[in-house]
Parts: sequence; structure tokens; C-alpha cells
Amino acid sequence: MKRVVITGAGTINALGHDVPETLEAMREGRCGIGQLEMRDLDRLAIKIGGQVKGFEAEGIFNRQQMALYDRFTQFTLVAARQAIAQAGLEFSGEMAAKCGVILGTSGGGMTTLDDNYRSVYEDGKNRVHPFVVPKLMNNAAASHVSMEFNLKGPSFTVASACASSNHAMAQAFQMIRCGMAPAMVTGGSESMLCFGGVKAWEGLRVMSRDACRPFSANRNGMVQGEGAGVFIFEEYEHAKKRGAEIMAEVAGYAMSSDASDIVMPSKRGAARTIAGALADSAIDCEEVGYINAHGTGTAANDKTECAAVADVFGPHADKLMISSTKSMHGHLIGGTGAVELLACIMALRDGVIAPTIGYQEPDPECALDVVPNEAREAKVNVALSNAFAFGGLNAVLALRRV
Amino acid sequence: MEIRDKVIAIIADQAVLEPSDVTMDSTLEDLGIDSLGLVESIFAIEEAFDISVPFNANDPQESDFDISSVASIVAGIEKLVAEQK
Repeated sequence: MKRVVITGAGTINALGHDVPETLEAMREGRCGIGQLEMRDLDRLAIKIGGQVKGFEAEGIFNRQQMALYDRFTQFTLVAARQAIAQAGLEFSGEMAAKCGVILGTSGGGMTTLDDNYRSVYEDGKNRVHPFVVPKLMNNAAASHVSMEFNLKGPSFTVASACASSNHAMAQAFQMIRCGMAPAMVTGGSESMLCFGGVKAWEGLRVMSRDACRPFSANRNGMVQGEGAGVFIFEEYEHAKKRGAEIMAEVAGYAMSSDASDIVMPSKRGAARTIAGALADSAIDCEEVGYINAHGTGTAANDKTECAAVADVFGPHADKLMISSTKSMHGHLIGGTGAVELLACIMALRDGVIAPTIGYQEPDPECALDVVPNEAREAKVNVALSNAFAFGGLNAVLALRRV
Repeated sequence: MEIRDKVIAIIADQAVLEPSDVTMDSTLEDLGIDSLGLVESIFAIEEAFDISVPFNANDPQESDFDISSVASIVAGIEKLVAEQK
């Protein structure tokens, strides 16, 4: 089996428009969640989110591209350009034929859907723009990345709600590990912060009106975010031979399904997946120094996740650090695992653990070291990234310091 | 139909029971209504009475809306209807 390393990373999210800005915000425990800016805000009960501010597609994309790219595709391309530039890879010949793009998203082109439903239902128009379908389809982002960078290998989009990015990255990892591809572009994106997207989440009554406070006893729900995270996963020898800078090693993963409930998480399912990722990567639980939690800030997730961690790690659960960066960038749904992987890279490479901000009151049901409010310096050799999606679909990645 | 009968009809529908099987002292647990069923019932109640029910599924106990029994739900809805009409 081949070893797999990360040689490039890109992002755009509420904390920053690239990786250095995002990591700086995480180090400083800055909150990217604020008042939403969108039309018909007065008709929404939930008015906050981790929105990407100050992003202008003009100048980044030409007019023809803008007509074809939904916001989730724009985010993806911004992040992919950064990641590929950092990795310094060029895709031609055999390399182009073998390398592909696997991305996660849950909603795909929600803004396009929202705008066009409004146009035909509310405004009564009988004609829509010819690009509605190619703009909104879930695979649009993956396809545009493949076109821009000449990636002709296996490319597709994975949708498993809040675990989409982790499932996508697990799949890309597996392709490199088994020798199918020397490198893959992977990660995910989401742009659900449009009127219909927020309204739909409102219906479920799990959204907070003021802040995302994972693990804090006074937490009152999740907050949506948006953005993208894209990485270059590369076969270790391939990266070493060309002298690429290695950010971290992807050591293994596990995926599982609870097969029980469409919205409630399962402790056993989460524990099985965490334990599976350790087994797959041959990591002893004592080696794990940091877990980037799924940590949505809902009552159901946080206590279930903490119980699962306690079950898997036993006494070591009290020694490791576990934080939820959703407190800062919000829940990016299908893109969340990708942005959260950055916190794992920061822990391993820079020795800085991103905090869980907004933490105000200890909860006996979440009695782990959640790195409250302030980042911490610590040497970490192994980090895990958890994702437990609606529908009971779980994916956990294990990363190792190189 | 009185508010009480309408609320009971909605809860019975959610529980797949006859309205006569839903008593005022029944709890949602007795009726086999889980958290998702509860959120769905509250939606149906809001639609039926054109009101807004202050309920956060994260922490039903902390919400300003008592769901401990059918009686408390009916009382809560009566109050909200009076306030919001």
C-alpha cells in the first residue's frame, strides 16, 4: 500500500479567503459568524451565519465563467487554485490521465435553485437562463476543477450531507493508497446561505439564533457556514521525489452507517467509525493528541460525540484535546470536513490547537478537554477529523505528522 | 372545532392513533412520538392555527413551550392563539 500525503491546501470561508488567513483566525479564536446579508432577511427567524464576506467573483472569473458558476463552484475554484499552486503540480500526459477530482457537497448549486425558483414561482417568469442545470448540478464544481486543471482521471461528487467532504477525501485517499492515482484533488464546498437554504434549516428547529457554542452547557443549536476547502493528496514517494513540501500524512480512515435514524446521531456508530479509522491507520489510541470534532453545537451531537470518544479512548479521552472550529466558521454542511481538516494540519504541522470558542459553561455530558476559547500550543503526532452526518453516515479521517 | 380537539387530532395523526386514544394526561413518549415527530407536530399546529410556537429542538425543556403532556401543549397553544390573534 502506498503512503498518502497532503502537498497543497486552499480555502475560502467565513474566517478567511485563503489558508494563512483562516489559520490565523483559528489561532486567534476569531469568530466569523455574524449577521447574514441577503434579501428577505426580515422573513427569516435565523439571521446569523458564517457567511463569506468581501468576495467578488468579478476579477477572479470572466463574464462567461460567472454566468456558468454557482457560488459553490466559485468557492471551489478559488480554493482549488490555491491548493494546486501550493503543490506546484502540473497535469499533463500520464499524470493528467490518472489524476482526478473528488469533492463533497450536500446542496450543490443552491443559490441557482433559489434564484430560479423565485423567478418562475414568485415573479411568474416562464423562461429561465439556459445554464440553470449545468450551474446547479452537484458535480459542477468537480467538473470545472477538472476542466481548469486538465484532470482526466476519476472525478465525481460525493453527497453524504455533513460528512460529504470526509467521504470524498477518504475516497481520494483510497485511490492513491491502492496505486490508482499519483495525486488527487479533493475536499468539498457548500453555499447554502441563501434564503431557501436558511429557511429549510429553520424548519428543523435546531438552529441557534445567537451563536454556535459546541460542548458548552448553554449551547442552543448549530449555525450554518459556507465556503470550500480543497487539498492535494499525493503519493508519498511521488511528492518526495519532486521535493514537494509535505503538510501532513493522511494515515487512514473509516466510514460507516448507523442504519438507525434520519437525524439523530448514534454513539455506537460514531465510536465504531473512530475506532475503525485508528485500526485502518494502525494508530494506537494513546498516539492521538487532537480530534477536530463534528461538534455542531446541538444537544444531540455534542453529547453523543463526547460519549463515543470516551468509549473509544477510555482513560486517554481525558488527555487528548478535542475542539469544534464550527464555533468560528459555522457548519459548512457538505464542505465542513474540508475546512476542518485545516485545523488538523495546523495541529500537526504548527503545533497549534484551534479552540472551541463561545464556550461559557461546562457540561458534565461533554467533560473532555474542548480547548475552550483560546488556542493552545501542543506537539501533536496524530489528529482525527470527525464527521457524523444526518442520515447516520459517518466518516473519520486520521492524519499523522510528517 | 375547539383548539383542544384540533391539537389532539394533529397529535393523534402523528402518532397514528385514533383521537379517542389520546388523553389529556398522555405524554408524547406514551404516544410514541419522537423528536422528529414532535417537530412535525409543532409545524402542523403552527400551520393549523397560523401561529408561531417558540420551540428549539435542541433543548425542549428550555423552550418557552411546555411539551410535558397533551394538556400542557393544549394550554400552551391556547395561550399562543390568544396572544397572536
